[in-house]
Amino acid sequence: MPTTHFIVHDKADNVGVVVVEDVKPGQRLTGWVMEGDGTIVVKALDAVPLGHKIALRDLKKGDTVFKYGHDIGKVVDPAGKGRHVHVHNIKTKRW
Amino acid sequence: MAVTKREAGAPAIVSRRARSRERIRFMGYRRGNGRVGIRNHVIILPLDDLSNAACEAVANNIKGTIALPHAYGRLQFGEDLALHFRTLIGTGTNPNVAAVIVIGIEPGWTGRVVEGIARSGKPVAGFAIEGHGDLKVIEMASRRAQQFLMDATELQREECWMDELWVSTKCGESDTTSGLASCPTVGNLIDKIDPMGATTCFGETTELTGAEVECAKRAFDKDVAGKFMAVFNAYQDVVNRHKTNDLSESQPTKGNIAGGLSTIEEKAFGNFQKIGHKTKYVDVLAPAEEPRKGSGLYFMDTSSAAAECVTLQAAAGFVVHLFPTGQGNVIGNPIEPVIKLTANPKTARLMPEHIDLDVSGILRREMNLDQAGDALIDIMVRTCNGRNTCAEALGHREFVMTKLYQSA
Repeated sequence: MPTTHFIVHDKADNVGVVVVEDVKPGQRLTGWVMEGDGTIVVKALDAVPLGHKIALRDLKKGDTVFKYGHDIGKVVDPAGKGRHVHVHNIKTKRW
Repeated sequence: MAVTKREAGAPAIVSRRARSRERIRFMGYRRGNGRVGIRNHVIILPLDDLSNAACEAVANNIKGTIALPHAYGRLQFGEDLALHFRTLIGTGTNPNVAAVIVIGIEPGWTGRVVEGIARSGKPVAGFAIEGHGDLKVIEMASRRAQQFLMDATELQREECWMDELWVSTKCGESDTTSGLASCPTVGNLIDKIDPMGATTCFGETTELTGAEVECAKRAFDKDVAGKFMAVFNAYQDVVNRHKTNDLSESQPTKGNIAGGLSTIEEKAFGNFQKIGHKTKYVDVLAPAEEPRKGSGLYFMDTSSAAAECVTLQAAAGFVVHLFPTGQGNVIGNPIEPVIKLTANPKTARLMPEHIDLDVSGILRREMNLDQAGDALIDIMVRTCNGRNTCAEALGHREFVMTKLYQSA
C-alpha cells in the first residue's frame, strides 16, 4: 500500500491530519478518507508537522472548520487548500 | 455469565464476536464484598496533609505497603468535605486494596474514614496523632501494617470473568493521533466488553465541550441524557465564572496544541471516541461515586486533569485504567494500574518506557481498529493477571484529590 500522508475522518471534513513526519512545501500528499475508505490527493503548501492539520479546500475567514463531520471552530485568518491549519488561523467558538 | 439489565432489554441476537468473547477470564482477588481486584495492595492512607509524614514512615518500615500522601483534609466543608471523605473511603474500599491503615491528626474524622472502609469487610485500622505524637503512632501503625501485609500476601488469585471487571478510561496529553486511533482503540474495546457485562467509566466533563450534544445522544435514556446535560452545564458555569481567556493552553493544553489540536471542540470529538460507537452510558456519577445500576458504561463528572480524574475513578471502585496519550502523558495511580497506549509514532519511539501498547500501525494502515481493540484487550487481561504496567514499573503513583473550592 502506498504511504498515507494524511487521514480525513469524514467526507464532510475540510481539514485532514498529517500522519507522517517531515512533510515539505510542494509535496504531493495522499490522504485516506476513513468514511467510505476513499483516497484524495492534496499538494502541501506549508511544512505541516506530524499530527497537524492541512486544509483540504480554501478556507475563508468566518468559515466553519469541520472534522469528524462536526464543527470544531471557525476560521479567523484565511487558509488556502494545502496550508497548515492550526491556532494561527482557526479558533474555538466556545468560551 | 450474569445477564445485565440492558442485555435483558436488548435484541436476543448477540454478534458472534461478543459471544466468542463472553468467556474472557482473568486471575483476580475476590474480596469479601463480592468485588474483584487485580492488585493486592496494603495502603497507608492519610486523612489529611499533616499525617503524610507518619504514613510515609510506616510505608518505609513495612516493605510492600504504599503510602498515599495528598495535600488536603483540613477545614473543608459542605460538598467539598463530602467528596474528600468519599474519595478516601472509596480508595480504601477499592478491591485492588487488601487492607488499610488510616492515620489522621485527630480521631473523629479518622474514625469516619475507618468506618466507611470497614463496610467493605476488609481489615482496616485507624490511628490519630494528637496526644501521641508521630513516633508512637508510627510504631503502633507499623505493627498493624506488618500483620496486614503478611496476611494479604497469603491471599490467592482466583479465576474471574469479564462481568466482574471494572474498567475506567481517560486520555491525556492528547493530540490528533488520539482521536484518529488510540481513543477509537479504547472505544473498540468498550464496544466488545460491554456486551460481556463489564462495568466501565469515562469522564472529563469540560473535555466534551463542542461534542456535548453528541454525548447526550449516547445516554441510555432521556433521564440519563438530562442528568448529563445538567452536569455539563454546571461545569461550563465554573469555566465561565473563572476564565480570563478562551482557556487556550489550559484546555486544550500546551501539549495538545503542540500535537496539533487547535480547539476544545476538536479535542472533545477525539476524547469522545473512547466510548466506541454502540455502547450507551447507563448513569451519570458524581465525582468518586460508586456505580449502582449494575454493569454497563457510566459517565463520571470529573476534571480533565489526568491524576485528578483517575484518582476519582479509582475511588469509585474501578480496578484497571486505559489511558490513550498522544504527546506522552506519564501518569500512574497508586492503586489502579494505568495502561497507556499511543498512536503517535514519535511518542512510541521516543518514550517507549511509558507505552504499554503502540497502535501507531493504524495510521500506517498496517493494523485496523478491530485488531488494535483485540490487542488492547490482550494487554488489559495480562495486566489484570498481574503483569505490571509501565507506570507501575516506573513508580508513578499520582494520587490527587479533587478540591471543589477553598477550605474554610
